[in-house]
Amino acid sequence: GVEDRFSILYFQKNGISNGTLYKKTFIEHFEQAPMYVAVLTFLGFGVGTVFGYLRDFMRAWGLEKRNVATEREQQKDFVPLYQDFENFYTRNLYMRIRDNWNRPICSVPGPQFDLMERVTDDYNWTFRFTGRTIKNVINMGSYNYLGFAETDVNALKTVTIELQKYGTGICSTRQEMGTLDKHIELEKLVANFLGVEDAMVFGMGFATNSMNIPALVGKGCLILSDELNHTSLVLGARLSGATIRIFKHNNMQSLEKLLRDAIIYGQPRSRRAWRKIIILVEGIYSMEGSIVRLPEIVSLKKKYKAYLYLDEAHSIGAVGATGRGVVEYFGMSPDDVDVLMGTFTKSFGAAGGYIAGRKDLVDFLRTHSHSAVYATSMCPPVAEQIIRAMKCLMGLDGTTQGLQRVRQLGKNTRYFRRRLHEMGFIIYGNDDSPVVPLLLYMPGKIGAFARRMLEKNIGVVVVGFPATPITESRARFCVSAAHTREMLNTVLNALDELGDFLQLKYSRYSKSSHPELYEETRLELED
Amino acid sequence: MDIKSMKNYLYWLYCQFELITCSYLMEPWEKLLFYTFNITMLVMLLYTAYIFVPVHVSMAFQFFLHLFGNQHENTVSVVK
Repeated sequence: GVEDRFSILYFQKNGISNGTLYKKTFIEHFEQAPMYVAVLTFLGFGVGTVFGYLRDFMRAWGLEKRNVATEREQQKDFVPLYQDFENFYTRNLYMRIRDNWNRPICSVPGPQFDLMERVTDDYNWTFRFTGRTIKNVINMGSYNYLGFAETDVNALKTVTIELQKYGTGICSTRQEMGTLDKHIELEKLVANFLGVEDAMVFGMGFATNSMNIPALVGKGCLILSDELNHTSLVLGARLSGATIRIFKHNNMQSLEKLLRDAIIYGQPRSRRAWRKIIILVEGIYSMEGSIVRLPEIVSLKKKYKAYLYLDEAHSIGAVGATGRGVVEYFGMSPDDVDVLMGTFTKSFGAAGGYIAGRKDLVDFLRTHSHSAVYATSMCPPVAEQIIRAMKCLMGLDGTTQGLQRVRQLGKNTRYFRRRLHEMGFIIYGNDDSPVVPLLLYMPGKIGAFARRMLEKNIGVVVVGFPATPITESRARFCVSAAHTREMLNTVLNALDELGDFLQLKYSRYSKSSHPELYEETRLELED
Repeated sequence: MDIKSMKNYLYWLYCQFELITCSYLMEPWEKLLFYTFNITMLVMLLYTAYIFVPVHVSMAFQFFLHLFGNQHENTVSVVK
């Protein structure tokens, strides 16, 4: 039936030509900006630091009101509770542009949304709401890759029915009385979707990583983690108590060297063999937009007998011909990856995470995971939303809407990236990843960019120092299948204008900087 | 409309300066402080250049003339 058609699509291989690992071209861009940009960025940070010291001096000597947390007068002689210098950056640079984050929204985060208007009277230390809403702001920041965050009544019919049948609270953990038939149905569906034996779902995506990695590894094990892994993976790795070694981002030579050293030298003092070696990687890295080099990692893991934990938070539903993630994107079999982890927050418009793999792995986690023993399980309407989204993706609801969404996302991604490259911006990441980081570099431009985009009715997410390296602040766009071509064109025109005004077009390899190398006429092969 | 486009261009240059040096993020009194400091430094630099550069240039010119031309009678006119 319909399901068979999709499994055939999934298991089809393109044919292995000349024995290479990659079946299609893998193009990633990490262009470096010209040297003057780095110099000017440091200059900007230098001026900011000088003024930060000046303001701190004035606050310490009472010339200015202190808005940060301080101890009470009676506790001034105690050991300090608040370490002032650590928050230097937060106090002096983040506070000045704080109005660009934590903006409250008051509608569903679909392709367009409504923002609550807020103003500040004392330079972002406090905000007040004027009571107005800014309507129909184009949403380029939400992780709504397939557009399942919607309020259409027909789409949410089953969710409303389940809400009225089960209510919202579970009031228990999985091991006590919190396992519903909805969870069993969802787990079977997830296992079917991914092509594995069994799966387990959890109520929170972050907690899936941080609570399950300690159950899988412990002392005497080795974790090889990518440089740019998400905080949930880092937290899980640290909580487990295993030894952690970091390899350079997506760099297979670095990983191989670490694997060889681990096997040759063993544990640090006793020189015994490691109990197990596990490689932690993500499908799509959300700050860089890069896709993991899965074929090479799998061949390395088979050669050195290590285990692989793949976190597909951003890539499940977003890449692959039928939305089954990076495993399908590279045409590989899900048996190659030992632990498949993902979240439902991004592409499925719900909340929660899953871990999938062989049946003995999942059975082990059902008894030994902290999340299963202590965390409340996923609530039924959310589980139903995931079930309906997954059935839509697999085609089990009888329509081809799921496949259309995946294709629309691919088209939107390629169009958006191509136009941005042509305009001359520096974009990081793989050509097929829907996460598009646009580099801003200078700290002054972070605030200016976000504010001006909001004036043009476009909501963007900008990221600065602690989450990214100090010179590489960026604006991160998340393309969605729900964006229409008109919306993308509006955003691209606004970016063009803003790029000229703020001088953001640093790329030296774009068509706009070398127009004579490219022909004028170009066939539009997409749609 | 040359004056208008010139004014727009100058305003745009001023915006670039503000963005690069982070003075876009500063409160008005900080901007005043920063610009006062910068303009003072610039004025002092220009004044120093105005005073010293002609004297040094002509001394260097005389030195090279002496090196290549070997004419002693011109050196007396430089002394102040």
